[in-house]
Amino acid sequence: MRRNVLPGLPLSLGVTLTYVGLIVVLPLAALAFKAASLGPEDYWRIVSSSRALASYRVTVLSALAATAFNLVFGLALAWVLTRYRFAGWRIVDAMVDLPFALPTAVAGIALTALFSTNGWFGSVLAEFGIKVAYTPLGIMIAMCFTSLPFIVRTVQPVLEDLDPALEEAAQSLGGSDWEIFRKVILPLLTPALLAGVSLSFARSLGEFGAIIFIAGNQPMSTEITALLIFIRLEEYDYQAAAAIASVLLLTAFFMLAVTNWMQARALRYTVRN
Amino acid sequence: MKIRLDHVVKTFETFRAVRDVSLEIESGELVALLGPSGSGKTTILRMVAGLEYADGGHIYFGEQDATGIPVRDRGVGFVFQHYALFPHMTVAENIAFGMKVSKVKREKAAIDTRVGELLRLVRLEGLGDRFPAQISGGQRQRVALARALAVDPKVLLLDEPFGALDANVRRDLRRWLREIHSELGITTLFVTHDQEEALDLADRVVILKDGHIVQQGTPEEVCRDPGSAFVMKFLGDANMIAAEVRDGKAYAGGAAIEVSGLADGKAELYARPADLDWSPQGPGIPASINRVLDRPGGRRVLATTEAGEHLEFDVEPERVVKAGDGGFVTLRRAKVFAIG
Repeated sequence: MRRNVLPGLPLSLGVTLTYVGLIVVLPLAALAFKAASLGPEDYWRIVSSSRALASYRVTVLSALAATAFNLVFGLALAWVLTRYRFAGWRIVDAMVDLPFALPTAVAGIALTALFSTNGWFGSVLAEFGIKVAYTPLGIMIAMCFTSLPFIVRTVQPVLEDLDPALEEAAQSLGGSDWEIFRKVILPLLTPALLAGVSLSFARSLGEFGAIIFIAGNQPMSTEITALLIFIRLEEYDYQAAAAIASVLLLTAFFMLAVTNWMQARALRYTVRN
Repeated sequence: MKIRLDHVVKTFETFRAVRDVSLEIESGELVALLGPSGSGKTTILRMVAGLEYADGGHIYFGEQDATGIPVRDRGVGFVFQHYALFPHMTVAENIAFGMKVSKVKREKAAIDTRVGELLRLVRLEGLGDRFPAQISGGQRQRVALARALAVDPKVLLLDEPFGALDANVRRDLRRWLREIHSELGITTLFVTHDQEEALDLADRVVILKDGHIVQQGTPEEVCRDPGSAFVMKFLGDANMIAAEVRDGKAYAGGAAIEVSGLADGKAELYARPADLDWSPQGPGIPASINRVLDRPGGRRVLATTEAGEHLEFDVEPERVVKAGDGGFVTLRRAKVFAIG
C-alpha cells in the first residue's frame, strides 16, 4: 500500500465507517426491515392506495417544478454573484444560505403569512384569481425556498473557476453570446448543475416543515407524502409508515443514481489516458 | 493584411498600460512584441484582436479602421498563452468550433475535410478524437493554433505562445511555427518576454518598455545596434563599466574605445561576455578573477575590477586562468551610452 504523508487510515476508516453505519445505514435498514415485515400483498395495498398515490403525485410534480424553477433561477443567481460586483453583493451572497439556516417551520409560517389570501402577496395574487396558500402552488413555493441554495452553491465555484480565456477564444472564433453560453459555458456547468438538481430534488421530496403550514394538507389534493408518513406514525401504524417511506427512499435513490450517471457522462472529457 | 496602429493609448483605472504606440506591420510579416512584464505588449496584442478597446488612437486593418470592430467580427486568429482549448470538446471539435459558429454556413463534410487538413498541417493526424486533457502541452498549443487558423483569419495573434512549455518543446515549436508561417504567409504578431524566442522567430522585433516602443528593427539591427542601455541589457547578458568620454574616445580604467556622437563627460559602457577578454599585462581595466566556470564551449570568467564592478566574460577553452589571478580586462568591442 502506498504510504501517505499523514498516517492513521485504519483508525479514521474505522471511525467513519462506524459513524456512517450508525447514522445512515442502520435507520435505513430498520426502515427496510419494517416495510418488509408486511407481506407483499399488504405492502402493495398500502403503497398503491389512492391516498398514497395522490400524495406521490403532488410531491413529485411539485418537487420537479420547484427544481426546474431553481435550475433556471439558481443558475441566474450564481451567474450574477460570480460575474458582477454591486452594492450589497455581500448581503445577497449571504442571503442565499438563509433557507439552510432558517428552521423550516419558520419559513413555512412566514410563507403562509405572505401568501394567505389576506397576506401581502396573497391579497395581490387573489385579485388575479391566483390562490397560492393551501394549493399545490404553495407546496411548490415552499420547496423552491428550501432548496434554492443547492443549485447556487454547487454552480458558483465552478463558474468562478471558469477560465475567461475560454469565452474570449470562442468570441475570437466568431461565436455569438448565445452560442458561447450554449456550447462552451453550459456544457462545462452541466456536472455542477446536475449535482445541484439531484440535491435540490431530493430535498424537495423529503421537505416537511416548510410545506405543511402552507399546503392545507387536504388528502387527495395537497397532502404530501412526508405528511402521510407522519400521519401513519401518529396512528402507531409503523409498518404502513415504513412502507410509504420506502417508496420515497427508492425514488430518491433512483434520482441520485440517474444524476450520478449523467454526471459521469458529462465529465467523460476529464478522463486521461 | 497590413496592420497599422496610430497613436494608440490604453489606461486601466490609473495604470497607463500603453502610451501612444504607433506601429506598422506589413502584410505577411512575422513581428515579435518583446518586453518585460508590465511593458504593455499583451495589451497591444489584445487591442489588435479586439479583446480590449483602445482609449485613444486608431487601429487599421489594411485601409479599414478596425478600432471599434468587436473581436468576433474582426477576423483574427488568437492563440492564448494557456491554450484556452474547450475541455469538453475533442481536438477535432475544438478545431471545428469556429467553422460551426461561423455566419458562413458550411456543409458538415466540408468542415470535416478542413479539420483533417488542419490536423495534418499541425501534425496531429490521428489525435482528432482525443480530449485536450489527454494530450501533451505542445500538442495542445498546436491544436490551439489549428483552431485559430480554421476560420481563415486575416491576422494571426499569439500571446506568449510557448511560455508554458519545456525548453526543448519550445525550440521545436518555434521552428515549426516559422515553417507554418512561410507556408501560409499570414500576417503574424506575437508577444514574448523571451529575447531568444523573439530573435529566433521574428522578421522584425519591436521592443517595449513602460507602454512605449523603445526600438524596433530586424533581429540583426537590434542586436548589432541597440539604441539604449535598456535594449542592450534586455536583449542579453551585458556588463556595465563606468566610463568617461573625452574627444571621441571612451576611457574605462586603462582601456579605451572609439565612440562617435557622444558629448564629453561621464558615460556607461556596456559589453557582452564575448566582447571582453583577459590579459595578464595592460593596458586594460585592472581586475582580479573570483571564479572560473567551465562550460562545454569555453570558460566563463567572473572578475571584479578595482572600481568594484563585477564582470562576466568568456575566454577560449585553452586559456589558463584561475581564481585569484590578477590582470587586465581588455575590450574587443562595446557600446557606450551617455548617462541619463
